[in-house]
Amino acid sequence: MNEITPASIGLSREDLPNSYIGRSVPRPNAPKLVQGRATYTDDVVLPRMLHAAFLRSPYAHARILSVDSSAARQVPGVVRVFTGADLAEVCDPWVATLDHLKGMKSAPQHPLPLTRATWQGEPIVAVVADTRAAAEDGVAALQVEFEPLPAQTDMETALAAGAVIIHPELGDNLVFTRTAETGDIAGAFAQAHKVVEARFVTGRHTGVTLEPRSIIADYNRADGTLTVHHSTQAPHMMQGVFAKQLRLAEGDVRVICKDVGGSFGIKVHVYPDEVAVAAMARILGRPVKFIADRFEAFASDIHARDHRITARLAVDAEGRVLAFDVDDLTGIGPYSVYPRTSAMEGNQVVNLCGGPYDFKNYRCTTTVVLQNKAPTCQYRAVGHPIATAVTEGLMDLAAEALGMDPIEIRRRNLIRDDAYPFTSPAGMRFEGLSHHASLAKLLEMVPVERIRADQAEARARGVYRGLGFAAFIELTNPSPFMYGIGGARISAQDGCTVRMDPDGSIVASSGVTEQGQGTEAILAQIVAHGVGVAVNRVKIITGDTQTTPYGGGTWACRGAGIGGEAALQSAIALKQQILEVAGAMLQATPESLDIAMGSITDKATGAERMTLHELGRIVYFRGDTLPRDLQRELVQTRHFITKEYPFAFTNGIQASWVEVDPATGLVKLLEHWCVEDCGRVINPMLVDEQVRGGIVQGIGGALYENCIYDEQGNLLTTTLADYLVPMSAEMPEMHVGHVETPTRESLLGAKGAGEAGTAGAPGAIMNAINDALRPLKARVHEQPFTPERILRALGAIA
Amino acid sequence: MITLTVNGERVTREVEPRRHLIDFLRLDLGLTGSHAGCEHGVCGACTVRLDGEIVRGCLVLAASLDGADVVTIEGLSDSGEVADLQANFVARNAAQCGFCTPGMIMTAADLLAHEREAGRGTPSRAEIREHLSGNYCRCTGYQAIVDAVEDTLKARHPVADLGRGTAPAPRSSEATR
Ligand code: FES
Ligand code: FES
Repeated sequence: MNEITPASIGLSREDLPNSYIGRSVPRPNAPKLVQGRATYTDDVVLPRMLHAAFLRSPYAHARILSVDSSAARQVPGVVRVFTGADLAEVCDPWVATLDHLKGMKSAPQHPLPLTRATWQGEPIVAVVADTRAAAEDGVAALQVEFEPLPAQTDMETALAAGAVIIHPELGDNLVFTRTAETGDIAGAFAQAHKVVEARFVTGRHTGVTLEPRSIIADYNRADGTLTVHHSTQAPHMMQGVFAKQLRLAEGDVRVICKDVGGSFGIKVHVYPDEVAVAAMARILGRPVKFIADRFEAFASDIHARDHRITARLAVDAEGRVLAFDVDDLTGIGPYSVYPRTSAMEGNQVVNLCGGPYDFKNYRCTTTVVLQNKAPTCQYRAVGHPIATAVTEGLMDLAAEALGMDPIEIRRRNLIRDDAYPFTSPAGMRFEGLSHHASLAKLLEMVPVERIRADQAEARARGVYRGLGFAAFIELTNPSPFMYGIGGARISAQDGCTVRMDPDGSIVASSGVTEQGQGTEAILAQIVAHGVGVAVNRVKIITGDTQTTPYGGGTWACRGAGIGGEAALQSAIALKQQILEVAGAMLQATPESLDIAMGSITDKATGAERMTLHELGRIVYFRGDTLPRDLQRELVQTRHFITKEYPFAFTNGIQASWVEVDPATGLVKLLEHWCVEDCGRVINPMLVDEQVRGGIVQGIGGALYENCIYDEQGNLLTTTLADYLVPMSAEMPEMHVGHVETPTRESLLGAKGAGEAGTAGAPGAIMNAINDALRPLKARVHEQPFTPERILRALGAIA
Repeated sequence: MITLTVNGERVTREVEPRRHLIDFLRLDLGLTGSHAGCEHGVCGACTVRLDGEIVRGCLVLAASLDGADVVTIEGLSDSGEVADLQANFVARNAAQCGFCTPGMIMTAADLLAHEREAGRGTPSRAEIREHLSGNYCRCTGYQAIVDAVEDTLKARHPVADLGRGTAPAPRSSEATR
């Protein structure tokens, strides 16, 4: 066969008859969503199914003195009550550390704790009943005696003398610390023209998937298999986790996830209550369902982004960056979360600060400590919005100190577009980024002059508007360097099996999963393109460990870049196999044939020679008419993993235009722009709304969302009335533009796009607010930028 | 024991006093299109039509519904009342995970059904956003949803009364390929 290159398979052209790459094809699974005919985990009902509810710790830290379940067991419908000790008989605890995060430590975690509750909301006792209502009645009838213990809630004092040591066997509350240092920090700051410094706070927040965490576990005693219907992003990973913790063979565990109602990283972790459900099903030999309610979601879904950072930036007289010096502190709750660990977010802050810029001297330390609050772990754009807000906040402070335009200071420092490959001071290797092209594209979209004129005119009327920018880098397509080398069983490769059925239709099963981002749509586009059929002739199967090739699922923006490339490779292999068979039938060399819109064609003339439908009929039903030794497997599997770079970095830049009311402290979002470079764009419509959704989650963190605890460690934000998420009326119109720098690691050239919006929005909004407040000599660096914080910065309240 | 009409069919069931409409629909009738996102009246995922008006299924007690007329997303889909709206949701990618979408469609259908009452013109984008702001979507940026609703309104009323407010034009990608 000819050599396959992006050009030879039409990836750089859009005019091929069956080229679907780069086209806004509607998602094939969207009609069922708009008609209410999707199947989320809670929609699944199994025969003899039971329901679980949990008693959750009312204290941030407490000893469990006794559990009296006698009254609960009398509640009509209650089948069984389980304590930590009951589950420990069938389920092993886990420890969430990674070997390559040097010195990292964490304590063993059981599905239900044996002796101590360590955060408010931790599941303590489970009741299983024939309805959820009966299970909840059972929980209400439980009598559990706790001895409250002092709680360590403040991250700032977690390492101080006298701190409550949350797991005494660990010796202290330090989970992990890492410093990256290059160049001469002291020298750079000593010779700086200007040094700017600030203290940044990012608010603890959480994902609020509209569908709460959901699971049904079903253990079949006859064949010893565990089938789990699960709202998860990583079915194969969870298969391995359930097998390992419950001492089963991986092949005896099947994880199925049909429709998943939002994930954002929240559903890629191991939750004790979900493992408890599997353990209870194992013991009972019946299906057990658990659907978290919203209170449980707030109290037990992972939280994220609870960071306090002091950071300095040194610049010379021309505004060139000399050095960044960043000190990050984060509190992660009482356990590092399995298996990804809760040290990764701080580690990302170290990797990503200063990311878009070309400079020499860098120091960044992260310190990760335990506290008695809900565990934190990876949530959309892990560490990115934190690092971006710090970096971009400092850049704006430097511009202000120099009297320089914020666009100009960025232009002077962004890594040149012809400088790649490039290794950042933090040690990140960039294959190819497009900061200057992205900035230029953004400036085509943002009417800066008009906005500045409007701003000046508005100020004269006492109306304060501001324009803010934030450039960012984004880590996508992770290799085993992310988790595998640390010993975690999280696959960085993914597979796809593509087959042709007798009627010429194509079925592709993939290890990556669909949570609404459009994975199935882009896989169908890629396979249709690769084989040469109409996109509506392709059926995609995802979300079932028993029927899809092993893979990592959806996280760190790997669906298109890893799963998509596996799909493309397998589609091309299938096409070659089809052409072999067709060549034998048509007395032609495979090289002289092609496939277009479901027909075998003559490559030179484009004339149709035979339909795939006819080829399928002969292969499957009249194989006797084909040459005896002809290979006729119309099914091919390929796996893909990146080889050259540990990650495919992407980049982008955002701009935000806001109005701040100094009387009320309220921020009104006027308009928002984002340019991002995710490499090859497979479906622009999906990428655009993915970016917009990401921006809105970034806006949430910047302005509204906050998991607030009191000093005793009581979570105060447990309903959607207390914890604010962005609504349609407050959201601005958002404009999305693209620059495409395909990665050369793959034929497809796709990198991830899902984190871009979230990565940049908070920094852009912060800078816009501070631009608005500048004439009032006020500044904010603590997210979320609530009216109270803005009024405090203005000196309007104490 | 209550008897009511659900999606045009008469149903009679015994319900516990504490049973909410959303649970009655999902658990007793197997109508799983309506979703429970918060169960405290904030997110809008459970929105259904009750006697012609939209309500939150998580706040209404089923026992109070004797004689009522309930329409869920399944009924709305089958009747074809919002086939154009649904097609626009698909065309605009106005649904990602789809968990909010049935509630969103019910709420948007309410706007479509009521928008021209009292001689008012076609709602502006800001008014569409306002009308939908009790329905949380955690995946989309809302913009595609507003686009889909606006497209539907315009197609249904192609007359020149578009917009009491001013509708900003930028809606599609500024992609440059
Ligand atoms: S479930 Fe009813 S409003 Fe959220
Ligand atoms: S599409 Fe996921 S919540 Fe709206």
